[in-house]
Order: sequence, then C-alpha cells, then structure tokens
Amino acid sequence: MSTPTTSPGTEAASRRGTTPGQRRSRLSPLDPRYLPIAATVAILLAAYVFGVGRYDAFSDGQVLLNILVDNAFLLVVAVGMTFVILTGGIDLSVGSVVALATVMCAVLTEQAGLPAVLVIPIVLATGALLGLGMGSVIHYFEIQPFVVTLAGMFLARGLAYTLSTESISMDDGVFTAIAQTPVPLPGGLHLSISATIAVCVVLVAAYLLHYTRLGRTVYAIGGNKRSAFLMGLPVARTRVTVYTISGFCAALGGVLLTFYTLSGNSLNAVGLELDAIAAVVIGGTVLMGGFGFVLGTVLGVFVLGLIQTLIIFEGTLSSWWTRIAIGVMLLLFILLQRLIVWRAR
Amino acid sequence: MTVLRSLARHRLFWPAAVMAVLLALNVALTPSFFSIQVRDGHLYGSLIDILRFGAPLILVALGMTLVVATRGIDLSVGSVVAISGAVACLWISELPEQNSVAGVLAALGIALGVALVLGLWNGFLVSVIGIQPIIATLILMVAGRGLAQLVTGGQIITVNSGPYRLLGGGYWFGLPASIIVALGMVAAAALLVRRSALGMLVESVGGNPEASRLAGIRSRRILVVVYAWCALCAGLAGLMISSNVSSADGNNAGLWIELDAILAVVLGGTLLSGGRFSLGGTVLGALLIQTLTTTVYTLGIPPESTLLFKALVVTAVCLIQSPAFRARLSRRRRPPAPTAGRSQRDAATEAEVTA
Repeated sequence: MSTPTTSPGTEAASRRGTTPGQRRSRLSPLDPRYLPIAATVAILLAAYVFGVGRYDAFSDGQVLLNILVDNAFLLVVAVGMTFVILTGGIDLSVGSVVALATVMCAVLTEQAGLPAVLVIPIVLATGALLGLGMGSVIHYFEIQPFVVTLAGMFLARGLAYTLSTESISMDDGVFTAIAQTPVPLPGGLHLSISATIAVCVVLVAAYLLHYTRLGRTVYAIGGNKRSAFLMGLPVARTRVTVYTISGFCAALGGVLLTFYTLSGNSLNAVGLELDAIAAVVIGGTVLMGGFGFVLGTVLGVFVLGLIQTLIIFEGTLSSWWTRIAIGVMLLLFILLQRLIVWRAR
Repeated sequence: MTVLRSLARHRLFWPAAVMAVLLALNVALTPSFFSIQVRDGHLYGSLIDILRFGAPLILVALGMTLVVATRGIDLSVGSVVAISGAVACLWISELPEQNSVAGVLAALGIALGVALVLGLWNGFLVSVIGIQPIIATLILMVAGRGLAQLVTGGQIITVNSGPYRLLGGGYWFGLPASIIVALGMVAAAALLVRRSALGMLVESVGGNPEASRLAGIRSRRILVVVYAWCALCAGLAGLMISSNVSSADGNNAGLWIELDAILAVVLGGTLLSGGRFSLGGTVLGALLIQTLTTTVYTLGIPPESTLLFKALVVTAVCLIQSPAFRARLSRRRRPPAPTAGRSQRDAATEAEVTA
C-alpha cells in the first residue's frame, strides 16, 4: 500500500486504499480520495435545490425518503457490487439473481406452501451459493469475471424462466405484513421495512470494508493482486468471498423487490446490473479496483433515484424522451463530477 | 516463437472444438444439416443460414474487438444498431420512389454517418473527458434507445424497397449479401490492423496506456478511432438487421447484442484487460454463438430453457479454454501461480506494468 506522501492527481494516488495513517486526514477537504464523493454530494444538492425550485411538492422530506424506499433493492445490490468492483472484478449476474429470488419467493410460498421464515433463508442461501460458485470458477480456473458472471446471468435468468414464465402475485401473510408496515420517523415521515434493511446492509458493509481484515484485503487485492498474494493475504478466500457477498446481496435485493411489488416475475430487474455498476462508478469507485467507498455507492444510488424522481415530477415525458433525459442527466452528473475533480486538483 | 504459436493455436483450438461438437450434434439430429443446395442460382442450407444470421453479430463483435483491445468496452452498440436502422428506414420511407438506388445509397450513407458521429462522441467521452468506458458508453446505451424511438416516433417503420432489402436479405454471386459485406469488413479490418502500424498501436495503448503515451503514441486519437470504428460496424450491422426484415424497430433492434458481442470477443481469446487481440478468434466466437442459437432450434429446446443451455455451453467453453482448469482435469499439479488467479500472459503484462 502507498504512503500518504504520494503526490495527488496521479493515477497511483487515485488507486490507493485506506491505511491507518491516512485516517487522520479523513475529513480534510483537500484529500483527493474524497473529491469524487464531495463532487457527487455537491451535484446532488444542486439537483435537489433545482427540484425544490421547480416543483411545489418537491420540498416535502418524504420525497427524499421515497428515493430510498423505491430504490432499497438497488442499494443493496449496488453495495454487493461495490465489494466485487473494489477487488477489480465485476458481477453481471446480479439482475438475474434478483429476478430468480423474486420468482423463488413467489413459487415457494404460493405454490409450494412453505412459510416465509423458511423461504427467505432458502432464497438468500441460493444467491450466496451462486456467488460462491462463480467466485470459485473465477479464482480457481482463472477465467475473466465478466464472462463467468455473464454465464451466471444466463443461468440465473434461465432458472427463473424454468420456475415460472408468468408473474405470480403473492398474498402470503408475512410478506404482505412486511411490505405494508411503515417504519415511522420523527416529523410525520416514514420509511419501509425494506429501506431500513437496506440502511442496515450499508452500515454492515461500511464496517466490513473499513474496519475489518476482510475489507483491508479487498482493497489490497484491488490495488495489486500480486502484491497482496506475496504479502501473504488470503487472496483466494477473499476473492471467492466478495462474489458470495454480491450473490447474497443480489438475493436480498430480490427479496426486498418481492416486498416492494408483492409478486415474483422472471422478467424483473432486466439490466439492473448496469444500474448497480453505474451507481458504484458514479460514487467514485474505480472499475480497476482498489479505490472507492460504500458511501459513494449510496450517493450513486441517490443520483439515479433523484434523476427518476425529477422525471416523474416533470410528468409529461413520453417513454423515449424519458430515456433520453435519463441519459442526458447521467451525462451532466458525470461531466460536472469530472469538472469539480479537475478544478480541485 | 513456437511456444507463442502453439499457444495461439490453443486459444482458437478449444472454441473450434466446441463448434465442431455443436455442428456434429446438429448433423446427428438433422442429417441434412450440412447439405448446401443451389436454388435459383442461390446457395441454401443451414450452414449458409448460420453465416447469414451471424453476419450482424460478426460485424458488431469485430468493432468491439478493437475497443476491448484498448482496455475499453462499448455498451452502446445495441443502441447504435437501432438508431442506424431507424434513420435509414425513415429516410427511405420518405423517398418519393422507394426503389431508387440513389435514394437508398443516400439513406445508407446518412445512417452510417450518424453511427460514426455517435462513435466519435463515445471516443470523445472516453479519451478527452476521461470517463470510464463502461459508463461513457452506458450513457449512449440508455439515451440511444430513446433516440431510436424518437426517430421512429415510437412505431415500427416499414419500408418496401428492393435495393434496401438486398443488404440484409439479398444475394450477390449466389451468396447472401450480408455474408459478403461482413467478410469484406473483416478483411478490411485485418488488412488495416495487421498491415499497418494501427494494430500494434492499439495493442500498445491497451497493454499500457501511460507507457504508450510516453513512447510518443497519441493514445487519445487511437481511442477515438477505435470507438468510431466500433460504432461504424454496429451501424452497418443495424442496417443489415433492419434490411433483412424491411423495417426498423427502435425498441427491440439489437437489444442485448452488446453482451453477445463481448462474449464473442472473449470466446475468441481476446482478454478484457486489453492488449493483444484476435480478429479471427472474434469471428469464430460470433459464429459459435450463432451456431448455438441454431442448435437450440434444432434440438427443440423449449424457449424457457434456452438461457440455461446457453449458460451451460458458455461455461463449458470458458472452462476448457482455461489452462488452470485443464491442468486440474488432467491431474497435473502445477506449482501455485504467484499471480493467484490470472492467466500467465496477463501476469506477464502485469509484471511489466508493475516493474
């Protein structure tokens, strides 16, 4: 790992992980590692102020909370993706695993009649197992993560189709109760149970990445796999673990989506992997690995959610103008972020 | 040199072997699979069909190969496919005489021009602004679908033009025109990258962008060129797809073709981490994917299990292509690789980078 004296602005500096020595300067505004995050926060604030100025109902605090409620599953999936991308890998299977999880939830409760307390652990275990399988193939057979997880994407989607090609609606008591119970917050605001779970996942992930050996090894592998191995770090175990975490998070995201829609559909979450990757990257994580934060991913999800919310408030766009608007706003966010990072350096 | 050569042979040997197995499977099920007939002076047969329907994928994958060789990725090719088809069909549908050759040529030119501009835009975002390729091209992937639907007005534009139909569904010299166009582009690309310094420059930028820049290579220009080339290939593929059905569907044309194209590139032995690439491997990879699709139909696999079958074959190809897997399979214990999880060539590159 590098020392804090490395000059900022170089590629080397931008690929550092955290070291204890650097933690002291964590809140310093000049630390280049936090620039992308600071830029994202600034743009998010600007976009929010723009929304408040343009639409009357936008200033309601519930609008912000609803971004979290509506994107809880994406947040969980993106957090899992953050682990994988930090090691320099990628996981394309998450969207399909989400779909598989929703279908499994629906089929197991509605058609097999199993209780929800049994179904949810089975679904989560399936996701983790798929991740474990892909991670093992990637590491032990030395195949590129992109291809292995692409095959995993076909596999999970194919399994979902095999289980059911139709949308199955659910009226199981536990699922309905979890879906409809609000979590009250002060000020008359409320969250859903799913959103609360997503927040917990973020906190656990932040703890794992920044305060445990596993997290340190993840950053080390992303920085330089070879060096990490030569330092005696458990590269094999960690690489397999991150894909397992990602698979688990994708399955959990699927369960949350099932709460959200109260149905299982094998066509759910097509292309979700790209949203998750976009959220991670907008949050300042480098796809080469070794550099980035869970907090950045949270901000990335909020950027995507805010774009959706702005478009919904605008309300008059046809479906193709919506797509163009999403693309243009994504571009604006990224360009502004680059600009702020450039300026500050 | 001989070691390198045998390695190169190996890289293409395994996908070729899987291809042979798939073809054998087809022949076993339909004995007439290999027969090629001449009807009305045109060649007909399942093999010709594989080539004909595989032509757009070959083109897209051909463009993608060079982008991947520079360590990039282009997710927007599916959208470019949709846009170029939409633009061409819109132009032709507004011609007073849809069968006029000049009008169709103008339509093709305009569509390819639009594709080229989109490619330059991708290249600009990646090389000048410095956005990570996957995100830079994701923007156009999302917005491009919208643009294509904007061009078609959310409808499917149908045209009735003989000359336009020729590109995707017609025949030249007894062969489907799409095959000839695709092979022509492959030959042009091979000539361009292997007979000029361009290929080496692309590999150098992909292998180590910083070192290439220090060695005096204008890597920005190279990046813009490869993204423009990729979009041009995708645009041509889009024309072929829309010409084959004489219509443009902004919503579904070329949907997810980027994944198949990337898969074709990887099956052909090009590493996503950049550097060396293989055009021949890409063509083989694309044909493998198309053969797979055909096999699914021949085997009569139910549509809901198609993806499972695809996952199975892709995994099989990747596994037998992996030296680590073959070593384990033949129970030859290799000493643990110091890279812990990468191919040897990749490790060598990394060692150079680190050194």
